Amino acid sequence: MFDFGTITTWFDNLLESVMPGWAATVIECVIIGVALLLVYALLALFYILYERKLCAWFQCRLGPMRVGPWGLLQVFADMFKILIKELIRLENIDRFLFALAPYLVIIASMVSFAVLPWGNGLQIIDFNIGVFFMIAASSVGVLGILLAGWSSNNKYTLIGAMRSGAQMISYELSVGLSIMTMVVLAGTMSVSGLVAAQADGWLIFKGHIPAVIAFVIYLIAATGETNRGPFDLPEAEHELTAGYHTEYSGIHFGYFYLAEYLNLFIVSGIASLMFLGGWMPLHIPGWDGFNMIMDYIPSVIWFLGKAFFVSFIIIWFKWSFPRVRIDQLLALEWKYLMPIGLFNLLLMTLVVVYGWHF
Amino acid sequence: MELSVFGIQSTTLMVVALLTGIGLVAAALVIAGLISPRSFTTQKGKAYECGVETRGESMVQFKVGYYLFAILFLMFDVETVFLFPWAAVCRSLGPNGLLSVIVFLGVLILGLAYAWRKGALQWK
Repeated sequence: MFDFGTITTWFDNLLESVMPGWAATVIECVIIGVALLLVYALLALFYILYERKLCAWFQCRLGPMRVGPWGLLQVFADMFKILIKELIRLENIDRFLFALAPYLVIIASMVSFAVLPWGNGLQIIDFNIGVFFMIAASSVGVLGILLAGWSSNNKYTLIGAMRSGAQMISYELSVGLSIMTMVVLAGTMSVSGLVAAQADGWLIFKGHIPAVIAFVIYLIAATGETNRGPFDLPEAEHELTAGYHTEYSGIHFGYFYLAEYLNLFIVSGIASLMFLGGWMPLHIPGWDGFNMIMDYIPSVIWFLGKAFFVSFIIIWFKWSFPRVRIDQLLALEWKYLMPIGLFNLLLMTLVVVYGWHF
Repeated sequence: MELSVFGIQSTTLMVVALLTGIGLVAAALVIAGLISPRSFTTQKGKAYECGVETRGESMVQFKVGYYLFAILFLMFDVETVFLFPWAAVCRSLGPNGLLSVIVFLGVLILGLAYAWRKGALQWK
C-alpha cells in the first residue's frame, strides 16, 4: 500500500532545509488547519447531498435534480443561501451562552474528526489514548446542545435540549462500552495501533461473536448518539417545532446542521476504525491474487468507502423504523443495550484471555 | 511524546484542530455578517417558540427525570474511565485480570439493578 507518510516526511525535510524549525512547524500547522477545514466542509456538503439523495431513493423520488447535473450543485446553493440569511437578534436571550453554543458543537466534531485515520500515513492527531480522546472530545458536543436549548429563552428548545442531552449521554455509554470491547481484543488504544492490529484481519472477523454483538450495539447507540433515525425525538417537528436550534437563524443554524452531518461521518469513521479495519484493505487468507488486487485500491478510498457504507446503514434506519418515545428510548438503552454491552465485554475478555479468537 | 504527521507533537495538533474549529465558526459569522441583510421590527426580536407569543417565563425548572439519568450516566462514565486502561492491558493480565474485573463490574451491575428496582429507570 502507498504510504502517504513518505510525502509528509519529504515535505517536512524540504521545509526544514530552507527555514528554521519553528517556522516550518508553523507552516505545517497552518497547512493542517486549512486541510482540516476543507475536508470538513467538503464532507459536510457531500453528506447533505448523500442523505438527501438516499432519502429520495428510499421514497421512490429523485431528490434534488435542478441545480447542476443530478442536483450536484444543490448543496453549494444551499450553503450560499444560508450565508446570506439574516442573523436575527433576539430579545431576552442569554447572549453569551447563545453565541457560545455553536462553537462548542463545532469544536467537538472538529477535534474528534482530526483523530480519524484517513489513510496509510494520513492521520493528523495520533495519541496513544486516541480512541479514548475521541470519545472525550465528541462528548463536549452535548454541552453545546444543552446551552443552545437553555439560552434561547424558549420552552420548546429547553425540552428539546433536555431530551437530546439525556439521549446523547445515555447512548454514549453504549458507544464507549462497545469500543472498549474492541480495545480489549486489539490490546491498544492508539488509533494507528488499532489499524495496525487489523492488518491480518478486521477486528469484526477476529473477534467473531462478541465483536458482532458489539458492532450491532455500536450501530444502534451511534444512531442514538447522533440524534438520528428512529431516535430523532429532540427534533420531533410535530411536538417541538425544531428542537434545540429553533431560535437560531442563518449561519448560526447552519453550524448545528453542519455538526450533525459531520457527527454522522465521525461515528461511521469510528465504526470503520474499530470494527472494519480502518484503512486496511479486505484480505482473505489464501486468496493471494484477490489480496493483491485489493492492495491496489488506495487506503483513503478504503476508509471513506467503509465510512460511507456505515452511514448508509444509519440513514437506512431512519426510513425503516418509526420514531420511538422518550421512555422507550431510555428503556432501550438502560434496560437492554447497557446490560448486554456489559456482559458482552466480559464475554470478549473471556475470549481474549483464553485465546479463542483468530 | 507522541509524534504525528510532519513529526509534530499530537498535543500541538490538538490545539490546531481546536483553533480550526473556532476559526470556522468565527470566519463564517464574519462573512454572514458582511453579506446578510439587517433589519429590525419589534416582532422580529421575539422568541419564535411555536409561532404563538410566549407566555410567562421560559428558563424554568424542568423534569427531575433527566437529572436522575444524568447521575446514573456519571456513575457509568467514571466506570468507563477506570475500565479503559484495564482494557488495553487485559490480555497480559490473564485470568486474574478477568476475575478482578468481574468483581468490579459486578458492583456496578448491582448498582444498575438497584436503580432499576427503585424505579429510577422508569419514565414517569
